[in-house]
Amino acid sequence: MNQSIDVRGLSCPLPVVAVRNKLLEMKKGILEVLVDTGTSKDNITRMATNTDWKVEIKEEGEEYLLIISR
Amino acid sequence: MLKKFFCFRKYIIFIGVFIGISATVLQKLGNPANMGICVACMERDIAGALGLHRAAVVQYIRPEIIGFVFGSLIAALIFKEFKARSGSAPLLRFVLGFLAMIGALVFLGCPWRTLLRLAGGDGNALFGLAGLITGIWVGIFFIKSGYNLGRNQRTYPLVGWIMPLIMMGLFLLLLFRPQLPSGAVFFSSQGPGSQHAPLFIALLVAMVIGFLAQRTRFCTVAAVRDVILIKDTYLFTGVISLLLAALVSNLILKQFHPGFQGQPIAHTNQWWNFGGMVLAGLAFTLAGGCPGRQLFLSGEGDADAAVFVLGMIAGAAFAHNFATASSAQGPGLWGPASVIVGLIICLVIGFSMSNLGKKKMEDKK
Repeated sequence: MNQSIDVRGLSCPLPVVAVRNKLLEMKKGILEVLVDTGTSKDNITRMATNTDWKVEIKEEGEEYLLIISR
Repeated sequence: MLKKFFCFRKYIIFIGVFIGISATVLQKLGNPANMGICVACMERDIAGALGLHRAAVVQYIRPEIIGFVFGSLIAALIFKEFKARSGSAPLLRFVLGFLAMIGALVFLGCPWRTLLRLAGGDGNALFGLAGLITGIWVGIFFIKSGYNLGRNQRTYPLVGWIMPLIMMGLFLLLLFRPQLPSGAVFFSSQGPGSQHAPLFIALLVAMVIGFLAQRTRFCTVAAVRDVILIKDTYLFTGVISLLLAALVSNLILKQFHPGFQGQPIAHTNQWWNFGGMVLAGLAFTLAGGCPGRQLFLSGEGDADAAVFVLGMIAGAAFAHNFATASSAQGPGLWGPASVIVGLIICLVIGFSMSNLGKKKMEDKK
């Protein structure tokens, strides 16, 4: 089952830290992340790709859904 | 495609180089030495121009601050990232901004000026840099312990426009320079406040920086924080680029004067150069970013970041009215005490807004 995490409204660096902790815990699988700022989207995408996770970005209105998988 | 354009490392290097060169050139064009861009000093000058403090040598409405917000606003509007948001402990952010400014004015510079002072050969800045990194490191301890100021909320667009509108007001005051019977608007006739690059050049350069920084998320505090916290060197690359570009530019412009004594707008009390920046670094980290970053965020609709900026301006007024700001002679009468009190307040905030504090509360129950 896909896991999910909502980091909307959190200020830097909490979104990327929360996602990083979750990915370290999961080791593999799919994590859906709901993000509301470009900064968090960029930070999380960079962190995930640097640690060998694939990231798919879907724009949903003014928010983003990041689908992170390995 | 255009959005991805800025997301790679070469663009963070580009903005670092651009800031390094433009800051040193702004010095050549009239800004104070080693102060081509200093967010803390420039907000302090704005506080002085409005008469919030009466230190006659540091009063000027710095167009660089206005340009940062305008540039970020334009980038955010073009790339559809302008989002009015507020409500993540704004009063606490005001306090953090206030304390960050108290610390920065004991050292005499923000993280940006720390780099520019180093690039100008000011050895005292090494102690400020060490303090800054220490402060960030303490902040990271709290972040790892679950420190969180709470989520912000989307709000009415007008809320996000308040900071750009305040900047527009300041710009009009700068442009028309009304003279009221009280003496306001105050503009220094001598000292650092009287030294400034031509208005429109400074404004334009700052707008370009604001635009690029909004796109690249440039932040001097996050640069260090991310290396320690998540082993990410992206922003750090930008900061190193800034330092090296400013150094080379200073060498070319003959603005590099290595040493400790007699450095411009600096003092040699290393304990408080260090201590001041521990406080500033901790306050910036607890608030999520350096003073430049707070301006860029306020330009893209983050009203909490705007409150932090207003806290910094209030802190600058306090620092000069209550003798906590340093001068070339050394720390102000109440400078060291203000740093200690500021650190205690930041530690209380860090403990009480993290799992450390929550655990204690649960234990009591």
